[in-house]
Amino acid sequence: MLPLERSSYAASFASALIDPEREAPAIVKGPAGKGVARRYNVYRNNVTVSLIDALAAIYPAVQRITGVDFFRAMARFHVRATPPASPLLFDYGRDFPAFIARYEHARAMPWLADVARVERAWLDAYHAEDTMPLSAEALSAVPPERLADVVFIAHPATRIVSSPFSVVTIFAANRGEAAQTRIDASAPEDALITRPDLDVAVRRLPPGGAVFLSGLIAGQSLGDAAAAAFLAAPSFDISLGIAGMIEAGAFSGIHFGEA
Amino acid sequence: MNAMTTTTVAAATSLRFPARPIEGLAGTSFKHEHLPAIVAAGPQRGFFEVHAENYMGAGGPPHQALEAIRRDHPISLHGVCMSIGGDGPLDKAHLDRFRKLVARYEPALVSEHLAWSTHETSYFNDLLPLPYNAATLGRVCDHIYEVQQVIGRPLLLENPSTYLAFRESTMSETDFIRAIAGRTGCSLLLDINNVFVSATNQGFSARDYLADFPLAQVGEIHLAGHAEQADDEGALLLIDSHDGPVADAVWKLFAIVIAECGPIPTLIEWDSRIPDWPILSSEAAAAQAILDRASVVLREGRDAAA
Repeated sequence: MLPLERSSYAASFASALIDPEREAPAIVKGPAGKGVARRYNVYRNNVTVSLIDALAAIYPAVQRITGVDFFRAMARFHVRATPPASPLLFDYGRDFPAFIARYEHARAMPWLADVARVERAWLDAYHAEDTMPLSAEALSAVPPERLADVVFIAHPATRIVSSPFSVVTIFAANRGEAAQTRIDASAPEDALITRPDLDVAVRRLPPGGAVFLSGLIAGQSLGDAAAAAFLAAPSFDISLGIAGMIEAGAFSGIHFGEA
Repeated sequence: MNAMTTTTVAAATSLRFPARPIEGLAGTSFKHEHLPAIVAAGPQRGFFEVHAENYMGAGGPPHQALEAIRRDHPISLHGVCMSIGGDGPLDKAHLDRFRKLVARYEPALVSEHLAWSTHETSYFNDLLPLPYNAATLGRVCDHIYEVQQVIGRPLLLENPSTYLAFRESTMSETDFIRAIAGRTGCSLLLDINNVFVSATNQGFSARDYLADFPLAQVGEIHLAGHAEQADDEGALLLIDSHDGPVADAVWKLFAIVIAECGPIPTLIEWDSRIPDWPILSSEAAAAQAILDRASVVLREGRDAAA
């Protein structure tokens, strides 16, 4: 195949779009000899502002915590460093939590990146494939002697975010209209994010719960995942763990590992 | 070829929604915050337009809302990031997502923009402009062919709002668009606010543009609000902001086009600073009144001829 002759207008036009220091590209002009700087800035402004808006829509609790001006300044840095690689904006911002963790001005809020991770997981759950969650009946039909061998199929919406901070409490306090109260941020919390039907739910897992569910999601048998959870947290209650994950709709099916 | 046949058969046997004709109707952008008010009002006369990309997730509330709307109303599927005006190849994965949406929701209209938004690996989330010349014409036509081949139906192509010009342009926008429609058989989405915005920004007459536009190919009209800024010389620069009511001057141009062409499905676009449903709905009712007057004139003309 012959190489296609490519016009370079897109490369030239794009070169200064997210770099405010650069002048408008030489390939564009204003009408009738008019200047082009403010005209090109319309596009530059649309790109940056709309992508900051996209991050604000994905991370509303982070914005509520930091305030709008702080958030937009932080988001502007991220947009310019990491523009989207996909036209699906609900997929944008996966690197934003890591960016927040490195962001110098956010150092006083070490839990902020984990709140962002919960929000990112929330949106993934929102857009995940619709599937019926596993019912309690399906599990209770398993003969007791085979229970330890059961392997669970994760529901497409299910996500876990573990944090050394009170991430579920902080998230919950900043996603609603409720007035802000003082929160002790230093208690470690693990979040379980599910969407068995239309509403995304974010729960705080008991000690050992994240190890237990992460093991099951990774394909460990119920027996192995429970053993790992006891090891991580001797207080882990397996019957509460199973009841909780069924109620949350975290899984969609079971098999016995022979698949 | 085989794949094409299979797709057609599958679409015919999996028809999930009733056919809802869109002829002569006014419509509005569909916003999720309006869903409760729309559902409470029950089926109404009019159509809803959705941005395709918002429904490219696997599942969840967006699809549930769109299914609810589609059951009772015609919908128009409006793509905003196919990058038809880009200088690289189309994104095949994106095109396939677009095809699946068309097959799933059976929209009455399917449209995209004469613009680009992706270059190499970066997506800029704006409708960026392109020069109009023989090379870009050929590539835009190839892209439209490809889209139409994949979705199995004609596309409506929307004229852009522009703020600047390219040194390497050799054709007028209307000549460029007429050539595209002639070569690809695509229909046109005439955005009258874009015409007004571009005319103000580029210093041409909107009436002349419309007189030169291939109106016979227009299958949908967009109306929207715009904002005012200033250019480098301090003169008026209009921004296609979709954040307010349609301007009086745009309503006048709309009435002229409809008087000439008869009723064409017309959308009120309102994407930012979104008002309560009754305000958006009444803006659509104003467009519907103009379309209905043209329908009456058309009927009387036919009766007189018969």
